[in-house]
Amino acid sequence: MIRVGLPYHLRNLAKADAEVQLQVEGPVTQRTVLNALEARYPMLAGTIRDHVTQKRRAFLRFFACGEDLSLESPDAPLPEKVATGEEPFLIIGAIAGG
Amino acid sequence: MSGVRVLVGTKKGAFILTSDGKRAKWEVSGPHFAGWEIYHMKGSPADPNRLYVSQTSGWFGQIIQRSDDGGKTWHQPGLKPGEPTTTPEGMPMAESNKFVYDTSPETGKPLTTHQWYDGTQHPWEFKRVWHIEPSLTDPDTVYAGVEDAALFRTTDGGKNWHELSGLRGHGTGPQWMPGAGGMGLHTILLDRQNPNRMYVAISAAGAFRTDDAGKSWKPINKGLTSQYIPDPNAEIGHCVHRIAMHPSRPDVLFMQKHWDVMRSDNAGELWHEISGNLPTDFGFVVDVHAHEPNTIYVVPIKSDSEHFPPEGKLRVYRSRTGGNEWEPLTKGLPQRDCYVDILRDAMAVDSLDSCGIYFGTTGGQVYASPDGGENWSAIVHDLPAVLSVEVQTLR
Repeated sequence: MIRVGLPYHLRNLAKADAEVQLQVEGPVTQRTVLNALEARYPMLAGTIRDHVTQKRRAFLRFFACGEDLSLESPDAPLPEKVATGEEPFLIIGAIAGG
Repeated sequence: MSGVRVLVGTKKGAFILTSDGKRAKWEVSGPHFAGWEIYHMKGSPADPNRLYVSQTSGWFGQIIQRSDDGGKTWHQPGLKPGEPTTTPEGMPMAESNKFVYDTSPETGKPLTTHQWYDGTQHPWEFKRVWHIEPSLTDPDTVYAGVEDAALFRTTDGGKNWHELSGLRGHGTGPQWMPGAGGMGLHTILLDRQNPNRMYVAISAAGAFRTDDAGKSWKPINKGLTSQYIPDPNAEIGHCVHRIAMHPSRPDVLFMQKHWDVMRSDNAGELWHEISGNLPTDFGFVVDVHAHEPNTIYVVPIKSDSEHFPPEGKLRVYRSRTGGNEWEPLTKGLPQRDCYVDILRDAMAVDSLDSCGIYFGTTGGQVYASPDGGENWSAIVHDLPAVLSVEVQTLR
């Protein structure tokens, strides 16, 4: 199972816990993980990636295993520890005041 | 027993304020969608229990919320509480947050560009829904004005949205440009007497009218003068802040422009200025008394550089003559040290026998007058900055 950490507002929107677990078939990449997340929680479609371009929204970042993966290719394999469920894939909202 | 329901959108959530017809005691419910910007919420004239909300965030984009019970419970259209969230094939069922510009060949003018702040051309990019306007007759049909400026419509209660691309594609789009707050379509007026006629307004492009239910559009900006564009009398480029009409007289329009309060008596074909004796003719809101089509309200703001009331005195100005002759209404409003702003969607009226006037401020107050503006009091004092105010009259 893949573990995904959600920011506060997306937890509320999805009515989910801070961390959700997902089954991902095939290679474990940003794209396949987010596809699985949106299939399980359709209300999150468009909130993490743009509906049309599928690009990461500007104020969100992807972290895992102490690394910033935001600028990695969406089709690059995620770290082994994410694929095995040992570490979560974290979706983080950029820090901003107000 | 009659009553009112005031729908307040703020920078940090939605609030619903309810009262009986006396409008003296209020119940406050909220925050709904806490922490999100609520640009607008509005009820269906055809079914007052049907409410639509534009919930938006710089982080997470656009969400549409809907209530079928007057705001007690909410769901994203397409996702009813307790229902499966996917089809048997595993496909997502909720599409209510999907606003995709029309690029089909049928429009003849697929998505192109508009003018950017620096004068260069810039592609259209969807940012958020500024204004929601439910149909006068069908609770499932709703119009949405969005940033970057375009008009969308749903006919299935908010599940799916499709652009009325004749507006963006009618020809002047490349001349439209954003105001400081973005390039938003913020005003949608539906003509009760002619279902094919509709008005919209865009900052900073101007006002537009359709006479064929949204298929084709024409700019209606003759008579407007704006010193901040190269040709002050140009057909396009005016920063219209708000337009209002009385349902009984849909050819008469009142406009608060960036500067100037304007009036048209021929469905926007020609405008003339009615600023008259206002202390300043900058401002955002304009509205019309529910029972007196020639009685109008504005809240003058000092200038485009200083977005607060002149002299620190919060004054609503009323004209009973359809413009030019204005009187300040101050009883119950702060008359010193007041430096809030009143944003374009933050004024509304009810239709009880004694017409109620309402407005919200960036300081978090919502003021109400149950007697057409003579006496004011704050229903709430300390909400987040108010972005929008709508009123439902319940009978």
